[in-house]
Amino acid sequence: MSAVDPTFDLDGQPVALQPGDTILSAAARAGLDIPHLCWSEEVSGSASCRLCTVLADGRPVAACVTPAVAGQKVECRTASLATQRLRLLQMLFVEGNHFCPGCEKSGNCVLQVQAERAGMTELHFEVLNPERPVDASHPDVLFEPNRCILCQLCVRASDELDGKRVFAIGGHGIATRLLIDSPSGRLGDSALSVDDRAAHICPVGALLPKRVGFAVPIGQRRFDTEDTRG
Amino acid sequence: MNASSPSPRKLRVATVSLAGCFGCHMSLLDIDERLFDLVERVDFDRSPLTDIKTVGEHDRCDIGLVEGGLCNAENVEVLRAFRARCTVLVAVGACAITGGLPALRNHLDVGDIMQSVYGRVPDDPELPLPLNRVLPIHEVVRIDHALPGCPPPADAFWQLLQDLMAGRTPVPAPGLIRYD
Repeated sequence: MSAVDPTFDLDGQPVALQPGDTILSAAARAGLDIPHLCWSEEVSGSASCRLCTVLADGRPVAACVTPAVAGQKVECRTASLATQRLRLLQMLFVEGNHFCPGCEKSGNCVLQVQAERAGMTELHFEVLNPERPVDASHPDVLFEPNRCILCQLCVRASDELDGKRVFAIGGHGIATRLLIDSPSGRLGDSALSVDDRAAHICPVGALLPKRVGFAVPIGQRRFDTEDTRG
Repeated sequence: MNASSPSPRKLRVATVSLAGCFGCHMSLLDIDERLFDLVERVDFDRSPLTDIKTVGEHDRCDIGLVEGGLCNAENVEVLRAFRARCTVLVAVGACAITGGLPALRNHLDVGDIMQSVYGRVPDDPELPLPLNRVLPIHEVVRIDHALPGCPPPADAFWQLLQDLMAGRTPVPAPGLIRYD
């Protein structure tokens, strides 16, 4: 890196940026963690989870879709942003049925680990207990819509990586849900294959490959730490 | 304990399992030998581990530990008594905090469940009526703290109790926040 490389400031750390960078992509390349759920370097941004909200020169923006600007002062670790992230996570938890003790994604779930890192101990809001029917029609992939956080990673992976357009987002407001492009609306009648990237990109326990649950011992799961009892 | 100051009075702790599995109580007991330190510092009021029938009947309790969500009318009555008689009320475990796995019944009709399990709805007034839905306890009473986990690790119980005994606001160490 030469002295003239453009940088911006993230919580006091200089972050090098390249043409086309967003705040989040530049920070991720530098190994600096900005909490996020709906962003992946594999696909385009969607800015739906709002967890990556930072203050760019004092203005709240979604770091995943906001272009990085040389010389900008970006703040991520402030007390009010930490509280906002906690409330966003609690909203996602009460909006679905996130019963981690019975979910095979537990320990490998991005929503769960973000909540743990945010220090979430309780739900704060009233639970909504949605009653969306499970779709087990696909031979190799299960869809549990009550865990879906509408991050649209599967939508974008199917569009941009698999070239299949199996998924879309439909409905309005709290009734917004993941739609499946098949005559019956069921996963088993769609073009989805378990080998598709879209079948594995789900950050939570909504889209799950079948028959591989609970295979990894507690203590060795993706987000387990040495504190994790096993 | 500080030798220069007199021993503080013992704290009074009540515990209860509502729509719980008693697993949180077992995890509390998993503090093992530290239980001997604990009983030096606290007296237990109503708890599945004592014979006291009514919470805080003679003395107000300092701490109430509530395991389990709310699945029937008796749960609600007991929870309200705990809230009224405990200074600090702690929601312990996934069930108390979220409803937990028992709340998976919430998408079913409770009458249909009774019908399919018993063939009829048991109707003796001695029995508490089930609620329409399983509720987390914060939807019925205010809670002061929560200890997540199914069950919470023994070290999380120990840290919470030590913090409360020392008069500190409990802030669980990062590794002790788990939901599974």
